[in-house]
Amino acid sequence: MSDHVVDKRRRLFLTASATAVTGVGAAYVAVPFLASMMPSDRAKAAGAPVEADISKLEEGQLIRVEWRGKPVWILKRSNDVLAQIAADTEKLRDPDSNESEQPESCKNVGRSINPEVFLAVGICTHLGCSPTFRPEVAPEDLGPDWKGGFFCPCHGSLFDYSGRVYSGVPAPLNLVVPPHKYLTDTRILIGGQA
Amino acid sequence: MSGMLKNALGWMDDRFPLSKVWNEHLAEYYAPKNFNWMYYFGSLAMLVLVNQIITGIFLTIHYKPDAKLAFDSVEYIMRDVDWGWLIRYMHSTGASAFFVVVYLHMFRGLIYGSFKKPRELVWIFGMIIYVALMAEAFMGYLLPWGQMSYWGAQVIVSLFGAIPYVGEDLALWLRGDYVISDATLNRFFAFHVIAIPLVLVILVFMHIVALHAVGSNNPEGIEIKKHKDAKGIPLDGIPFHPYYSVKDLVGVAVFLFIFALIIFYMPEMGGYFLEHANFVPANPLKTPDHIAPVWYFTPFYAVLRAVPDKFLGVVAMAGAIIVLFLLPWLDRGVNKSIRYRGPVFKAAIVAFVISFVGLGYFGMQPVSPVGTFFSRLFSIVYFAFFLLMPWYSNLMQDKYVPERVEEK
Repeated sequence: MSDHVVDKRRRLFLTASATAVTGVGAAYVAVPFLASMMPSDRAKAAGAPVEADISKLEEGQLIRVEWRGKPVWILKRSNDVLAQIAADTEKLRDPDSNESEQPESCKNVGRSINPEVFLAVGICTHLGCSPTFRPEVAPEDLGPDWKGGFFCPCHGSLFDYSGRVYSGVPAPLNLVVPPHKYLTDTRILIGGQA
Repeated sequence: MSGMLKNALGWMDDRFPLSKVWNEHLAEYYAPKNFNWMYYFGSLAMLVLVNQIITGIFLTIHYKPDAKLAFDSVEYIMRDVDWGWLIRYMHSTGASAFFVVVYLHMFRGLIYGSFKKPRELVWIFGMIIYVALMAEAFMGYLLPWGQMSYWGAQVIVSLFGAIPYVGEDLALWLRGDYVISDATLNRFFAFHVIAIPLVLVILVFMHIVALHAVGSNNPEGIEIKKHKDAKGIPLDGIPFHPYYSVKDLVGVAVFLFIFALIIFYMPEMGGYFLEHANFVPANPLKTPDHIAPVWYFTPFYAVLRAVPDKFLGVVAMAGAIIVLFLLPWLDRGVNKSIRYRGPVFKAAIVAFVISFVGLGYFGMQPVSPVGTFFSRLFSIVYFAFFLLMPWYSNLMQDKYVPERVEEK
């Protein structure tokens, strides 16, 4: 053995190829483990549409419906509020909702099918808290310019009555309007195809 | 009798390096003789780690990681399990105590230059421990499935969603569902009770091995290995055991006195250790009016809120932690200890402490114009402390640093 000459190139090749093959194997083995952490088939199937009855909803009232584990707000707006959201747009970050998420049927000023009834996923587009409904005008904590809307208590993002975000707050986009359709005048199906 | 013990030890040593390890790390590990009280926090951190592991094991005996059962199982532990309340309070108070001790331990390193060459890796391992500890605490806080658990997790997981392109998928992967749900609770339980504790124990081992390779720093910032006697023992060193093992026991006694006082008389610490909103079961439809993380996260939370942009806010918050990793290379001061570092560095340390505590305070408060103003100011001071360090850290340092630890 002592006169055996070590072929360093062969040794290097064997080392490198063994390492590479092991690495590829390890990467393949990691796939099922990493993939197992994605939503399961059961979690994916749980996103069924839900129905909401708005026959008892009064003007200025907000109700919450759970859809896919998230709160969906249904708010009935007055004509004053509708006039206000059409007029006050200069302080909004995305007043025409070009970058924001809503069904085609809701891509208008009121962000709704029926202007009076506003639906939104009540999850802040910043870090996922549920904003508070703040209809009072000029309360102490929100300042004299506040005309009502939604305030996120976590990081102070502000949204108007159409869920449109004001500029200068951390939330980047308007609140998401979920796909929905009217089954009758007072029954709304949330989720599914709009 | 002692002959038999000797034989047993010899038998053991032939098969396992018991005496060698004992000597290397305890009986013949020479630590500087001038450690002060700031040096208690390393051993106290180990004590709290052991406390968390033991109380944690006993809590898992009764706890149920299921969204339907979790909240009630915690209340069951508190009310119906014999001594359950004590074990749970030891665990929840232990979490806060862990951060108190670790923050003081890090501050000690900061002012005495314990992160400087050749101890960079000791600092890096310590920083990884700190980050692992934050993950451990965060995931543990979801387990009681209260309102704060739920919405805190919602916010923190959403932070990952701010990363461009892959963020939303990453957040989905972490949650295992489209919202924080049973799937999230179950996996956080797995990470909290096995994955991260294992990592923590390994990291603590590496932290100590690295420390014992380079030797401990001391309040004078003097390298005791420069002056050794004929046997190669540092002249200013004393064996860790029994000198410091016994000294640390005194620290343990003082710590346990305070720890027990909190567990028995103020385990919720007025809402700072266990937040009031967490006594309400998780409700995915309503965020509590005021949500704030537990106190040990609030400095970074204030940095996040100070930035009026989603992605940049997350970047700033992550940056506030990342700069800590870079400390050994940002600090260009020749002298290690604050005792010989001159007025500029001392003033910077004071400004840093004020900004860190200030950020911690405003991170707990609801959003307000005053809070935002100060959060921004303190964030700037915080980053300036680190990022300007290469320029100011060597200014006006003392010319004379003693060679030896002097008797006072």
